[in-house]
Amino acid sequence: MLDQALIIGASNGLLFGDMIIQLLTFIILLALITKFAWKPLMNVMQEREQHIASEIDQAEQSNQEAKRLMNEANDELKNTRQNAQQIIDDANETAKNQQAELIKAAKEEAARIKENARLEIEQERDKAIQALQTQVGSLSVQIASKVIEKELSETEQEKLINDYLDKVGEDNE
Amino acid sequence: MILDHGAPIYEDLFGISWLDFNLSNVMMIIVTSAIVFIIAVIGSRKLQRKPSGFQNFMEWIVDFVRGMVSSTMDWRTGKQFLPLGLTLLFYIFIGNLLGIMFMVVYDGDLWWKSPTADPSITLTLAVMVVALTHYYGVKIKGGKGYVKDFFTPVPLLFPLKIIEEFANTLTLGMRLYGNIFAGEVLLTLLIGLMASGTLGFVGGIVPTLAWQGFKLFIAAIQAFIFVMLTMVYMSHKVSDDH
Repeated sequence: MLDQALIIGASNGLLFGDMIIQLLTFIILLALITKFAWKPLMNVMQEREQHIASEIDQAEQSNQEAKRLMNEANDELKNTRQNAQQIIDDANETAKNQQAELIKAAKEEAARIKENARLEIEQERDKAIQALQTQVGSLSVQIASKVIEKELSETEQEKLINDYLDKVGEDNE
Repeated sequence: MILDHGAPIYEDLFGISWLDFNLSNVMMIIVTSAIVFIIAVIGSRKLQRKPSGFQNFMEWIVDFVRGMVSSTMDWRTGKQFLPLGLTLLFYIFIGNLLGIMFMVVYDGDLWWKSPTADPSITLTLAVMVVALTHYYGVKIKGGKGYVKDFFTPVPLLFPLKIIEEFANTLTLGMRLYGNIFAGEVLLTLLIGLMASGTLGFVGGIVPTLAWQGFKLFIAAIQAFIFVMLTMVYMSHKVSDDH
């Protein structure tokens, strides 16, 4: 059975008609398929390859750019921090100076006011003393005049003289 | 009996005595070519830079053949053989597959089979490939370099090199034919066993399925080997380091 099959398979031998058909068909197939399928497919693949390569390049560039920008930003930030610190320090110093000045001014002012007050008090005292002195003078004059007025009344004068005389007389004894 | 089927031979076209056709082969050549063409065209329709679905598969095949080419020769030289390799791979693989699914015998003649199960066809492909290697050998290295290749490394090897060319052609074609034809013979026998009765069906179904699976594997391997050897022979002719 198998022998027979092999004999049948082989008995056809090489058929030149088939060979010519096969060759022509394959060449036509190769031409058509290359034109309609392989070429477009290969083109797309190549295009993608180039696209990917350029994208990678671009990504690398972007990465470097980003790194550069980051460094710049960091530097900037550092500078800004330093500036800010400087400003704060300056402000602190100014504030301290101002404080000291203010305190000094206040102290001076206080001293001045105290001095003024002292002077005023002194003046007032002097004035008061003066006023008192004048008043004492006038009072004593008033008292004296009152006393004198009293002497001028006759009975009193007499009594005073008498008293006085009595006193003198007692002393002499 | 099931193996008694013949072939639909059409003899002496235009009255030329050597111009005979196996109409089954003619039909299967055209069917295979049509299927390959349709698959390839569908696969490369609506090509996108971001591939999806079928395009991925086609690109995988292209990369696969590209790997074969660049493993045997410089890619810059080998680039032009990529369409040839792809077409051969598709044609032989599809041709091999066609005989696995079913075989059609009509009126005592075997009509539907693998086109690659016929020595006329495989040898035609082999002769075409070897002829192309010679053509590209002359084209790329020049006539002098091409002839010089036959006498290197020592002139003594010249007869062997001539024999080698014929041996290459014959083995390239016969290997494919033998594998596919033997597979079809065994498949026919197994199917005959299954058709012989209930016991035969039960006993034959598992080997038949197994053999069909194995034939699928053989179909792929043989297509790969054919293309690989094509590229190897090509590189022998076009590369400088041989």
